[in-house]
Amino acid sequence: MPDGSIGAPIKRREDRRFLTGNGRYVDDINRPNQTYAWIVRSSLAHAKIKRIDTSKAEKAPGVVRVLTGADWAADGVGGLPCGWQVIGKNQTPMHEPPHPALVADKVRHVGDNLAVVIAETRTQARDAAELIDIQFEELPAVVTMADATKKGAALVHDSVPDNICYDWELGDPAACDAQFKGAAHVTTLKLVNNRLVANPIEPRSAIAEYDASGDHYTLYTTSQNPHVIRLLMGAFVLSIPEHKLRVVAPDVGGGFGSKIYHYAEEAIVTWASKKVGRPIKWTADRSDSFMTDAQGRDHLTTAELALDKDGHFLALRVKTDANMGGYLSTFAPAIPTYLYATLLAGLYKTPVIYCNVRAIFTNTVPVDAYRGAGRPEACYLLERLVEQAARETGIEKTEIRRRNFIAKAEMPYQTPVALQYDSGDFIRNLEDGLKSADYAGFAKRRTASEKNGKLRGIGLATYIEACGIAPSAVAGALGARAGLYEAAEVRMHPTGSVTVFTGSHQHGQGHETTFAQLVADGLGVPVENVEVVHGDTDRIPFGMGTYGSRSLAVGGSAIVKAMDKIIAKGKKIAAHLLEAAVDDIEFANGTFKVSGTDKEIGIGQVALTAYVPHNYPIEELEPGLDESAFYDPKNFTFPNGCHIAEVEIDCDTGEVTLCSFNAVDDFGKIINPMIVEGQVHGGLVQGIGQALMEDCVYGEDGQLITGSFNDYSMPRADTVPSFTVAANEGAPCTHNPLGVKGCGEAGTIGAGAAVINAVIDALATRGITDIAMPATSHRVWQALQQSKA
Amino acid sequence: MATTTVSMTVNGKKVSADVENRTLLVQYLRESLGLTGTHVGCDTSQCGACTVHVNGKPIKSCTMLARAADGAEVTTIEGLAVGDKLHPMQEAFRENHALQCGFCTPGMVMSAIGIVERNKASLDEKTVRHELEGNFCRCTGYHNIVKAILAAHKTMTA
Amino acid sequence: MYDFNYKRAKSVDDAVASVSGVEEGKFVAGGMTLIPTLKQRLAKPSDLVDLGDLKDLVGIKVDGSSVTIGAMTPHAVVAASPEVKKAIPALAKLAGLIGDPMVRNRGTIGGSISNNDPAADYPSSVVGLGATVHTNKRTIAGDDFFTGLFETALEEGELVTKVVFPIPEKSGYMKFPNPASRYAVVGVFVSKGPQGVRVAVTGAGSHVFRVPEMEKALSSSFAPAAVENIKVSDADLNSDIHASAEYRAHLVTVMAKRAVAEANG
Repeated sequence: MPDGSIGAPIKRREDRRFLTGNGRYVDDINRPNQTYAWIVRSSLAHAKIKRIDTSKAEKAPGVVRVLTGADWAADGVGGLPCGWQVIGKNQTPMHEPPHPALVADKVRHVGDNLAVVIAETRTQARDAAELIDIQFEELPAVVTMADATKKGAALVHDSVPDNICYDWELGDPAACDAQFKGAAHVTTLKLVNNRLVANPIEPRSAIAEYDASGDHYTLYTTSQNPHVIRLLMGAFVLSIPEHKLRVVAPDVGGGFGSKIYHYAEEAIVTWASKKVGRPIKWTADRSDSFMTDAQGRDHLTTAELALDKDGHFLALRVKTDANMGGYLSTFAPAIPTYLYATLLAGLYKTPVIYCNVRAIFTNTVPVDAYRGAGRPEACYLLERLVEQAARETGIEKTEIRRRNFIAKAEMPYQTPVALQYDSGDFIRNLEDGLKSADYAGFAKRRTASEKNGKLRGIGLATYIEACGIAPSAVAGALGARAGLYEAAEVRMHPTGSVTVFTGSHQHGQGHETTFAQLVADGLGVPVENVEVVHGDTDRIPFGMGTYGSRSLAVGGSAIVKAMDKIIAKGKKIAAHLLEAAVDDIEFANGTFKVSGTDKEIGIGQVALTAYVPHNYPIEELEPGLDESAFYDPKNFTFPNGCHIAEVEIDCDTGEVTLCSFNAVDDFGKIINPMIVEGQVHGGLVQGIGQALMEDCVYGEDGQLITGSFNDYSMPRADTVPSFTVAANEGAPCTHNPLGVKGCGEAGTIGAGAAVINAVIDALATRGITDIAMPATSHRVWQALQQSKA
Repeated sequence: MATTTVSMTVNGKKVSADVENRTLLVQYLRESLGLTGTHVGCDTSQCGACTVHVNGKPIKSCTMLARAADGAEVTTIEGLAVGDKLHPMQEAFRENHALQCGFCTPGMVMSAIGIVERNKASLDEKTVRHELEGNFCRCTGYHNIVKAILAAHKTMTA
Repeated sequence: MYDFNYKRAKSVDDAVASVSGVEEGKFVAGGMTLIPTLKQRLAKPSDLVDLGDLKDLVGIKVDGSSVTIGAMTPHAVVAASPEVKKAIPALAKLAGLIGDPMVRNRGTIGGSISNNDPAADYPSSVVGLGATVHTNKRTIAGDDFFTGLFETALEEGELVTKVVFPIPEKSGYMKFPNPASRYAVVGVFVSKGPQGVRVAVTGAGSHVFRVPEMEKALSSSFAPAAVENIKVSDADLNSDIHASAEYRAHLVTVMAKRAVAEANG
């Protein structure tokens, strides 16, 4: 395999700058004459603002300007928009209350933005912020969804009755009820999908700069999708025409979804930069991150599975309350609906599915997509149900899956929840996984653990996700307010090197390597001659960015489309140079050849000719070799796999030790296996984190109890073992040119369910068949105590 | 704003800058010296992204005053490679895909060198995982970081 | 953090003199608790007196009957000391479980016990071994040193200079760490030696405490079985999102049992 071709595990080219301290993250950037912003945040979860007195702060040393919600309102600028409108039952549109960047009337969660202090140094800004005197009238806070939906509950937004943003359904409830009536067995679970904090290690940061001479703004921001920020902030919040606003997302230190959204601080510094006439930098403390980065999950669900006497699934009925927090974050409404309910078929031939989702406002930090986004919640629910049904019916847990799996031969497969799967070999993933995990040898290992006084369990999660988001027409029909294509430009230079401009954004995924590999392979040029540019709206074509495991499937496909155009044009140039018909020209490995002859010319020579068109079909063909393409996917892609966790439980302390984790994943065709494995490893630990330790906890008054790493448990190196991961490339995606499916979220989607199933498998030996996430030592010990009693 | 001149040797070079008493070492490095390779990922001394070596030992530069490092020898991520040649730990991270977004990486590498220094005679996976307890990585799942450190131990002690 | 006056003390006397007569003077040793506290703006000292140059307070001395650790000795030095490992292995182990390697390179025993965080490790060894705390003014028995939540017997301007640990016949330390902070949810130090049989618990209460019932039982038979059915009352124990008082009480028994097993080797 030549170095750099598709399938080669080549080392990442971006690593050198990160390893030598030469990465360029937003907070590493400083602009001449820069000032610093400190955001004053609410210490209360729900309160009316009676008065804000900034007079002392304005006189403090180094202070340039203090701005409040009153200034924001006075300027008549917009609120932060929501990018997805969900239409509920009876065609009722969701409630979409205003979301000001600085609040003037009342605060709706701890951390809500009250004022900004701009000063010569960050310390001075923070010092002055303490001098702002704010008088609140505290209101009762609604913190849990149960509290928020009680009769007479305090309203987070006066315009939203009962705090219900929408009440939405998918499927026919009557048809579902009918299936349940005929069921031989019904398995029911009440599940909590615990709230998580994304916690990329780089806190968010934004620097805005206004150039009065050109009436032009530049915003450097920690974003996964700079064009989306430019569109939302420019068009909906600050009314800055797009040609007057440049958004740069340079190196970004992890996102996991939390850096998709347009945040208030971006708008605040951009707005204020014109007022103060100087660049303004804002960088979050981790405390800010806990209070303001959109959080993830937070579902309360009742799920029922109807089975016939042979263990075939007849119907699934799901009712979910999903917490939105205090405001609608950019894509929040879509997560518990179109990225959740549509995945409830899983890998199974369940003929009838009904799902009802209510989205609830509470006085907590807004919730939005976090790695997996809706799909881990769907997988968790299904795989918990399947293993519980197996326990209840006595059908072995791999057997019940085999009986209900969609077979490879049944692809494409139309599910009852709108999606059409194109490919997948679920049985093979399962069998490979069982082998890898030595499932057959588990009984022996359990006996050995029991001899040491420990409980041992093994749990599976077989998952499927919808990635490669998304066919724009479908997304639009479902309420998306944006297209979800991706853009690419492939610029072949006169001397044969290539610059690729992509709308995808990398913040850990390694696109600079994978995309270069793709182009090197496609155009037959050495990989070191390919450079990938991303993250700057002034340099790249309009792109939708990176989330939902979409970059390779959608962004990569756009690159392929642009390369196809390069090759098509190259063929015309080659035909002219080789004095042959265009239809007779073949292209492979960087060479244009007249078929059936030994006449050929390299792509480098073609490129040079395109830019030095002395001998050139100039009448029919423009000079140059620079093509752009937009790719709108035909369907979602459907990565899938089988994850198997094995745990041991110390009965004395309740401590759960993850002994092994085996993953077999189908990501379609793989470009760089090293990078793919890395994505799986990282995803797994986020899923394992949710299952065993991560939990975002609020007090009754809405205070964030887990507001720092001292209380929010992050997985460390000794939380997990080394993993065994394998990829199944036997069922590539059928509808994109690369056959790829996406690998960014898979680990997180399967891991949580697999780990909890393993914990329950262990605890079931003591009669315990339910435990909530996270299965902390404390919680497991309590369950063991109750089972004794 | 009262300031004092603080001098130290950073990556072999004598440096000095005027800072407030409350200035942290990490602020001194990033803001006064422009050495932005050292990162800040939290405010409670947990994440380890700010790890540098002071007088040969890894410490968290977000939890040390610049004035406390007056006169010290400091090594940051920028001081490891010699010209184009990466330090064996940097090379092992590259070789084993032990970094993704790169933000925790400088602290991770500085901490990892400390692990090898403390365990020259022998090093196993369990020890590596335990001694990484002061560094968070949200991208890699630690799998390849552990692999890289074990690989670097071999080259560094060969 | 708020700004403050800063001084690096040249000697113990200089340090003590430097905090007297100022509005609110604070010693800073390794700063592993104080600096984060200042960063969160939870304290506003007028003067910080840095003890980092007091090299006389750094070091470990082992004789036939005791291990003496200078107040400014970092945890990492104690954890790695072959002498301590030999004389009181549980003490070296404990030092190696504090914080993380970077914290252990800066944090000191003097700083740790003077701060007396309810979940800190070191107080359990000071009480659990019946150590003596030496200050610039006097010596204080370990049993009398820790007086409450973040409170000690230290007076204004009093500075810990060293801690003297009698070498026991046996000792063990078991810690159940908080999954987020890695402080002790419960840590139990047990020993049998010149100070009798001792069981000291950190993390569970407002400050370190001994468990006389366990000590009595272990005096008759120094074996894990002796403590396995002894429960401490959860009435005054800490309770938070990570562990209820009931769970902490249970963990005291489990950790005590395991510490005894460790002590017995």
